[in-house]
Amino acid sequence: MTSTYAVLSEGLEKRFGPKGAEVHALRGLDLAVAQGTVCGLLGPNGAGKTTAVRLLTTLLRPDAGSARVAGHDLLRDPAAVRRSIGVTGQYASVDGDLTGRENLRLFARLHRVRGPAERAAELLDRFGLTEAADRPASTYSGGMRRRLDLAASLVRRPDVLFLDEPTTGLDPASRNRIWEAVRELTADGTTVLLTTQYLEEADQLADDIALVDRGRVAHTGSPAQFKATIGAHVEVVVTEADVMVKAAAVLDQLTGTEPSFDHERRAVGAVTRDATLTLPRLVRELDAAGVPLLDARIEPPTLDDVFLRLTEERAA
Amino acid sequence: MSTLAYDGGAMLGRQLRRIRNNPGLLILTQTMPITMLLFFGYVFGSALAMPGEEYRSFLVPGLLVATAANGIMTGMFQAAQDTHRGVMDRLRTLPMSRAAVPLGQAAADLVVTAAGTVPFLLVGLAVGWRIEGSALDAAGAVALLLLFRFATTWIGIFLGLLTRNEEAAGQLGGATFILPLLSNAYIPTEGLPGWLRTVAEWNPISAVTTALRDLFGNAPVPQDAAWPVAHPIAGSLMWCAVLIAVFGPLAVRRYARGER
Repeated sequence: MTSTYAVLSEGLEKRFGPKGAEVHALRGLDLAVAQGTVCGLLGPNGAGKTTAVRLLTTLLRPDAGSARVAGHDLLRDPAAVRRSIGVTGQYASVDGDLTGRENLRLFARLHRVRGPAERAAELLDRFGLTEAADRPASTYSGGMRRRLDLAASLVRRPDVLFLDEPTTGLDPASRNRIWEAVRELTADGTTVLLTTQYLEEADQLADDIALVDRGRVAHTGSPAQFKATIGAHVEVVVTEADVMVKAAAVLDQLTGTEPSFDHERRAVGAVTRDATLTLPRLVRELDAAGVPLLDARIEPPTLDDVFLRLTEERAA
Repeated sequence: MSTLAYDGGAMLGRQLRRIRNNPGLLILTQTMPITMLLFFGYVFGSALAMPGEEYRSFLVPGLLVATAANGIMTGMFQAAQDTHRGVMDRLRTLPMSRAAVPLGQAAADLVVTAAGTVPFLLVGLAVGWRIEGSALDAAGAVALLLLFRFATTWIGIFLGLLTRNEEAAGQLGGATFILPLLSNAYIPTEGLPGWLRTVAEWNPISAVTTALRDLFGNAPVPQDAAWPVAHPIAGSLMWCAVLIAVFGPLAVRRYARGER
């Protein structure tokens, strides 16, 4: 492989629908995912995340643009791309009429894995499905089904694994199991492209995030960089309404941003990007100014804040 | 080619395992023609000019072919179901032969059809149908029947990949019951009004039915019929070749292209 990027796309475009009433699902998607990393593709519904995955996994042909996946040209050598990838998605599914074991054996056989039966047993064990192995997959719970789906993409270790909303609708325990499996994979050097609506998921798993909005990558960066663009939220609660103005003056001085008031809770809030503003310093400054404090906190931003802020900015 | 054989074999195995895990549909599709033989043979047969036993002998090849034409329905339903459930998309992301998926489905369907022919013919024997020609001709009749089934399954797979929705495929597939009604499967075409007789005799089902009746020795070939019926074996081979040549590549292409 010559490039250091496991996924590299330039100007991918995809339109759906009849001429004249076309919907532009992708309008020039540029994406670069470094080898061995996890890239989280984040975006609102309809942003083009799933279309991007369908293009990169050879399920759809782009109308324009080009891409290389695992070093292979998507358009010129789709067969080589298919040999290098694993796909687990909302749409690409295992066969519900087959048992878990039969599914894994079938996929192992199609991937030309030596000893498909042994490989199937190994994966069933690893994903906690041994007990249910000989039941039809249609009788599995959502979490088991998703685990089987993931196991099916791993019959032969892929260079690039595509996970399209792998934990949507799962309970926390099942979600953690999937996350654990993804972490193990990346430790082995597999590159993962993950789409998700859960910012916590991207925060947990992704080295880099690409925010997709209206068919383009709007922002890229690490989860920490994304959070840094927003800053931490500072909030203080005071004992009496008439000292709120005094508290606001202190916050204004410390953060340089316009404070906001919550009169009902007698709380004053502000946003800071200053990493040296710690809780002890905040309390000391307020105390020195004679503000009678009830509560004070500095909360790092969640990716939800980032997400709302960045998509609002674009909408404005 | 070895890739196609290997992957096709794996897909054939998958289809047969599916049927084994879920035999309800199989039992339904296998008992249907037997039920129809008993109903048509004894209920309709009682109202026809033809004596009952003669009509049942006439009906057995007709129902065999009419059931084979259901390959459109089963092929369509399975392909649409696999598409709808996302199995097709999963298979499309695998490094496998593009023709293997439809071919595996068509091959599995052939195995099931061949197996289902045995109980049907046993019931046929019980109600008076006989092989009145040579064993070789009878074997030829079964081979022709399976070839026709193979051809109709490809039509079904193509349509199923096109509709992508199992409910729509189920409804559309249900409409195919009309096809054998417009043929000589259940009734002789000689009594039909002129234009309708032409339509019925150019229906591929008529050619194959006539060939089976001829090869089993159940009824003579009507000489004044349209070409495919008057020359039923050549006519049947022609129809099967045309259908496979048209719908085989269409189905494979449709599968390989996905929704692009």
